[in-house]
Amino acid sequence: MPAATLPTLTPKDFASDQDVRWCPGCGDYSILAQMKKVCASLGIPREKFVFISGIGCSSRFPYYMNTYGFHTIHGRAPTFATGLKVARPDLLVWVITGDGDGLSIGGNHLLHALRRNVDIKIVLFNNEIYGLTKGQYSPTSRLGTRTKSSPLGSIENPIRPITIALAAEATFVARTIDVDVNHLTETLRRAAFHKGSAFVEVYQNCKVFNDGVFEYTTDKEVKSENVLYLEQGKPLIFGKNRDKGIRLNGLEPEVVELGKGVSVDDLIIHDEKAAEPTLAFVLSRMYHPQFPEPVGVFRAIERPTFEDLLNRQVEDAIKAKGRGKLEELFQSEDIWVVEEAEANGPAALD
Amino acid sequence: MSATAEAMTKASLSKQRHIEERPEVVVRFAGDSGDGMQLAGTQFSNASAVFGNDISTLPDFPAEIRAPAGSLAGVSGYQIHFSSYDIYTPGDRVNALVAMNPAALKTNIKDLEEGGILIVNSDAFTTSDLQKAGYKTNPLEDGSLKKYRLVAVPITKLNREALSDLKLSPREVDRCRNFFVLGLVYWLYERPLEPTLRWIKEKFARNPAVMEANIRALKAGYSYGETLEELPVQYRVPKAKIAPGRYRKITGNEATALGLVTAGQLAGKTLVYCSYPITPASDILHTLAEMRRYGVVTIQAEDEIAAIGAAIGASFGGALGVTGTSGPGVCLKSEAINLAVMAELPVVIIDVQRAGPSTGMPTKTEQADLLQALFGRNGESPVVVLAPASPAECFTLIIEAIRLAVSYMTPVFFMSDGYLANSAEPWPIPKVEELPKIEIKHPTEPNEDGQFMPYKRDHRLVRPWALPGTPGLEHRIGGLEKEDVTGNVSYDPLNHEHMVRTRAQKVANIADEIPPLSVLGPETGDLLVISWGSTYGAIVAAVERAQRKGLSVACAQLRYLNPMPKNTGEVLRRYKRVLVPELNLGHLRLLLQGRYLVECVGLNKVQGRPFLVSEIEEKIHQLLQV
Ligand code: SF4
Repeated sequence: MPAATLPTLTPKDFASDQDVRWCPGCGDYSILAQMKKVCASLGIPREKFVFISGIGCSSRFPYYMNTYGFHTIHGRAPTFATGLKVARPDLLVWVITGDGDGLSIGGNHLLHALRRNVDIKIVLFNNEIYGLTKGQYSPTSRLGTRTKSSPLGSIENPIRPITIALAAEATFVARTIDVDVNHLTETLRRAAFHKGSAFVEVYQNCKVFNDGVFEYTTDKEVKSENVLYLEQGKPLIFGKNRDKGIRLNGLEPEVVELGKGVSVDDLIIHDEKAAEPTLAFVLSRMYHPQFPEPVGVFRAIERPTFEDLLNRQVEDAIKAKGRGKLEELFQSEDIWVVEEAEANGPAALD
Repeated sequence: MSATAEAMTKASLSKQRHIEERPEVVVRFAGDSGDGMQLAGTQFSNASAVFGNDISTLPDFPAEIRAPAGSLAGVSGYQIHFSSYDIYTPGDRVNALVAMNPAALKTNIKDLEEGGILIVNSDAFTTSDLQKAGYKTNPLEDGSLKKYRLVAVPITKLNREALSDLKLSPREVDRCRNFFVLGLVYWLYERPLEPTLRWIKEKFARNPAVMEANIRALKAGYSYGETLEELPVQYRVPKAKIAPGRYRKITGNEATALGLVTAGQLAGKTLVYCSYPITPASDILHTLAEMRRYGVVTIQAEDEIAAIGAAIGASFGGALGVTGTSGPGVCLKSEAINLAVMAELPVVIIDVQRAGPSTGMPTKTEQADLLQALFGRNGESPVVVLAPASPAECFTLIIEAIRLAVSYMTPVFFMSDGYLANSAEPWPIPKVEELPKIEIKHPTEPNEDGQFMPYKRDHRLVRPWALPGTPGLEHRIGGLEKEDVTGNVSYDPLNHEHMVRTRAQKVANIADEIPPLSVLGPETGDLLVISWGSTYGAIVAAVERAQRKGLSVACAQLRYLNPMPKNTGEVLRRYKRVLVPELNLGHLRLLLQGRYLVECVGLNKVQGRPFLVSEIEEKIHQLLQV
């Protein structure tokens, strides 16, 4: 993907002239800043980037990027991205969405974009709340969450974005955290270079309506106990002193302390390239406070992309039978010719 | 003509059968869904077209894929009108009806003219099938059919006899009954067998036994005609006076698909057709899915919304994004259509209308989506609306839809319907070199002081179509209100009013380049019949008849519903009265009265079926008091 002779781009080149309008302290600022950094580092010309979004706080994102951008309608961004990528495989297409946009109103499209493996990068800002509509519970809000529309506590079981992405046969599935700057940058970069649909869940703090919901993953005091960094080929170890790990007990994961008869060899070795997403699925079901929550790449496998397969059908058909000409198109089984002399029927009758 | 067929024709002449000449004939094949009536009808219309008649056809199939055999719900029909002069409709009254079972007889007999020929498969009139059709007594025996010229043929038995020595299962043998009866009707109307024989040979090339069986059934039916005492007559419908040229038969859906492929090539662009399967539009998707080597890309989306989303996304990228659906699908697409209105991107929405509301009657035709296309979205949402008048016209008008969409950066509705979609007529094959190119320009340079302004408009108020990937033209579009010129998000009250009016004016400006409304008949007079969409055929036929009776009546067809031709109001005012026949409760009438303050009389029918010529004619007579 990187081309050789490119002007060096800086994050500033990716900043549009529009004032950023998120609330002060919103996690979106960090994601925007890291995204500009990543874009500048990819070696891809700026005009090749397209950011497509739906509706919500996160979906204002394209306005702040000095690239091509399309702020579409609620939940449907993956559909526009699919059409664009099919028409223009040369573009690097990002979809910016949120938990309401991507998993509630747009759940259907998310599933199908991932299933088809369209080469688009979907970044889902998960703040477990509806921000733009001023604080109602979202499909990722935890049970009991009290909001304006759930004053007695939410009674709906939350949906797990990573679990959904895996179930939809996504070829790249990752999670990261808004303020974990290096990890966020690295995760976005890996998504950018993945060939196929990439799904990245970002834990994003909504300062106004759901402040601190991910604090256990960001607070310096406790985060190392609560976050499990996934690394390819490495055992699942976490904890301030890196003395805890995750072991499989039958089909269930369990937290174990290293030493005391448990060695590193007993732990799950992370394999993002596993043919089956079984272990990734197990990891996606690990939630605070019972477990540390895994961040990093859950799954990264190769599969032909939708637009490649589609455009290959066009090429193959042309190769097999030649490029279709209109003259041929108009033929059918039965063509008849009316000669000048034949045009001799009677006039119309009643 | 093959040797056999020639021999048969000679035989018939040698027997000195009486041959009557007819200017036009309407035949309907009706039977159970499994009886192959659609195939028989298609073959009959091909043969008639190839023979040189003008044709117009109307299939009528049940909504259920597999309704119980022999039931009323399972009856499938195919009507063909063929003639020696220009015809516009599949015909009002049926001259000859084929009924393969009691249910087909029951549901179709009311359309057969008095004295009409009624060919029935007498073998199918068993007690159980009579019961399924709700007959208490056998109509073939109880005298209830004496108004008609009943030709009861033991088709099952004769067909089995003709194929007795072939190694086929009884089921396979019985499946050839449609060709037996087709052969018989071919004989009756002196149709050439060649096109059908050729079709059978191609279709069953890999299955010689079935090929032989179908050929034999067809010929056996044809020969059987010779022996028929009930029918001592054959009919001859001479060739029609048709403009010289090359022709093929085409349905509205085929013409739409072909037009789309053509538009793609004329524009030098990839056609990206995105659709979710829905009756009666799915055939467009099927046809286009086979067109990969014409550079056509199809996406079967996960739902109606995704279909238009992908189409708009493709347009954003510089392809021709098109989506096809029917009314229920249009409901779901409304929000995305509005996004294209706001973002000012081209997209064509094909609405193959069907009887609504809600799921309605999926296989039946109606014209009740017009106001939805014009107004069925939030906010001020101007879109272009076009409607083809006939199956073949779908070709030219869908190309026009694409041209307007890309040239004005706007969504365009193309209002077909179930009747246009499935009925067929001859199509003069266009000369490729005579089709006008669709010119499209994409900017490559900034348009204001080294900056790119995505909403800086040309004299027609059209904004530039700048494509992602173009260096230096990076810009953002979206559904939020924009500041004119810069395209930046703006909540400024005066800017909003300016933009609302500008988007409306841009679409209105199209009236500057579309053809004026023309009339068929006197330029002024007692009555103007004005219409849109598929009712054209019946209306022209009725108006021509009225004119021959000396009535002062003209008709006009609106192909552009938004904007309308500039002279529309003036044309309406040239007549004492205005009649608006529609397959709805008065959509166009409401528009015309509202826009031009001309009183209009409606003729409205919502039965899921097209107008009969006679229905229009009667109304004309009533209005003119003759
Ligand atoms: S409402 Fe929440 S998510 Fe939205 S901008 Fe404000 S802080 Fe961010």
